[in-house]
Amino acid sequence: MSTKKKSKNPAKTAVKEKRQIAAKLTPIYIMGKRYEVPEGLTIMKAMEYAGYILIRGCGCRGGTCGACGTVYRKPGDYKLQVALACQKTVEPDMYIAQIPFFPANRALYDFAGLTAAPEEVFKLYPEMFRCVACNSCTKACPQGIEVMDAISALKQGNIAGAAQLSFDCIQCGLCTSRCFGELAQYHMFQLARRIYGARIVPRAEHLAEMVKAVNEGKYDRFLDELKRAKEDELKKLYQEREVEPMTAGEDWKPKDTRYL
Amino acid sequence: MSLAYYPGCTLKTRARNLEKPAVASMEALGFKLDEVPRWNCCGAVYSLADDDLIHRVAPVRNLIRVKKQGKTELVTLCAFCLNTLKRANLLMKEDVEKRDTLNDFIDEGIDYSGEVKVVHLLEVLRDDIGWEALSQKVKLPLRELKAAPYYGCTLLRPREVAIDDVEDPTILREFLKALGASPVDFPESTRCCGSYQVISSPDDIAEYARPILNSALSHGAEAMVLTCPLCDYNLGQGQKELAKKQSGFREMPLLYFTQLLALALGLGPQVCHFELNHGSPESLLKEKNLLSQSRSVQPIGG
Repeated sequence: MSTKKKSKNPAKTAVKEKRQIAAKLTPIYIMGKRYEVPEGLTIMKAMEYAGYILIRGCGCRGGTCGACGTVYRKPGDYKLQVALACQKTVEPDMYIAQIPFFPANRALYDFAGLTAAPEEVFKLYPEMFRCVACNSCTKACPQGIEVMDAISALKQGNIAGAAQLSFDCIQCGLCTSRCFGELAQYHMFQLARRIYGARIVPRAEHLAEMVKAVNEGKYDRFLDELKRAKEDELKKLYQEREVEPMTAGEDWKPKDTRYL
Repeated sequence: MSLAYYPGCTLKTRARNLEKPAVASMEALGFKLDEVPRWNCCGAVYSLADDDLIHRVAPVRNLIRVKKQGKTELVTLCAFCLNTLKRANLLMKEDVEKRDTLNDFIDEGIDYSGEVKVVHLLEVLRDDIGWEALSQKVKLPLRELKAAPYYGCTLLRPREVAIDDVEDPTILREFLKALGASPVDFPESTRCCGSYQVISSPDDIAEYARPILNSALSHGAEAMVLTCPLCDYNLGQGQKELAKKQSGFREMPLLYFTQLLALALGLGPQVCHFELNHGSPESLLKEKNLLSQSRSVQPIGG
């Protein structure tokens, strides 16, 4: 009987089942108020489902802008958890609060006048020496950065180390929200990365040489040849061009070295 | 032989002239100073409030990292780092309740109960190498250098963490003798340099330095030998102020013990970073013919 019924209108039955699955709700608490939201939503979508209209704290929705820092706790777990609202899917009974912005002083500086001397960073952010190595910052980082180690690197004058350790920082400010010593870690790291990029990483000397060669007309003749080429000829050139193999070493050179 | 080594933040910036000659000297003596992975600040000052456990976290975390490194002894160079690390270690050894609280909070995956022995490099030289063996490695004896050993506070106080006799320390004197120098004893060698008091009262820096420097000078010292970057800062800045205030006051070269070690071992001035020193020691060292270039050193035990 039931088989007969099912075969009678299979499409309709499938839709009905799908709707039932989609309607499965899970309880969450947004700023202390209980809502039932569909399972599988991100925290951000769940908030919108619950009726919030987000005009701030919802930047890229792709996990890279750092605007939707969120803290939550789950019943029976004393530990505070952190997430990005656009990335984390809801879990039953989580208590959620968003920290889209956290006040933190950013030092003013004229970057052109800054050197890579550690003392310059110390002067701009003297509060860094209030760090007590509690490691709360590291635990609060949704990007899994060893925040405390990066602060230690800065205190040790290791700007390159701090820049590399903090490379994945998206400036959400959750580290700062948890800091016992009132440090603005993410601003310090931004300064470290700026100094690292501008003052520490070796300049690409070959780039200047190449620009010079271009300006001196080294490639003009080859470009003219390409401009004059017929469409078929261009296609052939493109299809038969030599491509650097994925596994090529640093000293790889093409067979035709006229353009080097 | 590899020794777990804790540098401290200042030794990586302002006091590279304390660290660099130490690393080179120990290598010349057959020891590798192996930095503790992921070390952080030592805590800077050991808090005297009994229940101020948050300020014990930094030193204890370092000690846990030493344990994770698989080492049982930790060598320090900076007298202040030695002090904070050693006192935090004592707490972890002796106070079960506070130990448990700290272990729970620090949350490093392993528990710590004071297993690591914290020592100063001078103790390694005295106890593991020995003055006699050290003197045999000297290539360039520091002859005629009248150097006043200055201990300050943190190598010797409180008594439980002292590396030598609290009232009458001899470790720096013996060290200088082993290098061929002429140590100048003076009664103010364990008097406080002002420590961090100079932050809240910067105008007092000269008055803290005055009795120490005058005493060393009046006993015939040509240079002062230090183990601590804070003593170096306070005495160095203090004597600059004194030179401004007091006509005829002569600034005294301040040297780290590790710089003299490197010179005596024949490693040359290039590892010493004298450009960071107070009191421009180079003219004195040149006068004593101690700035010759490096020579090879036979490591101890091999």
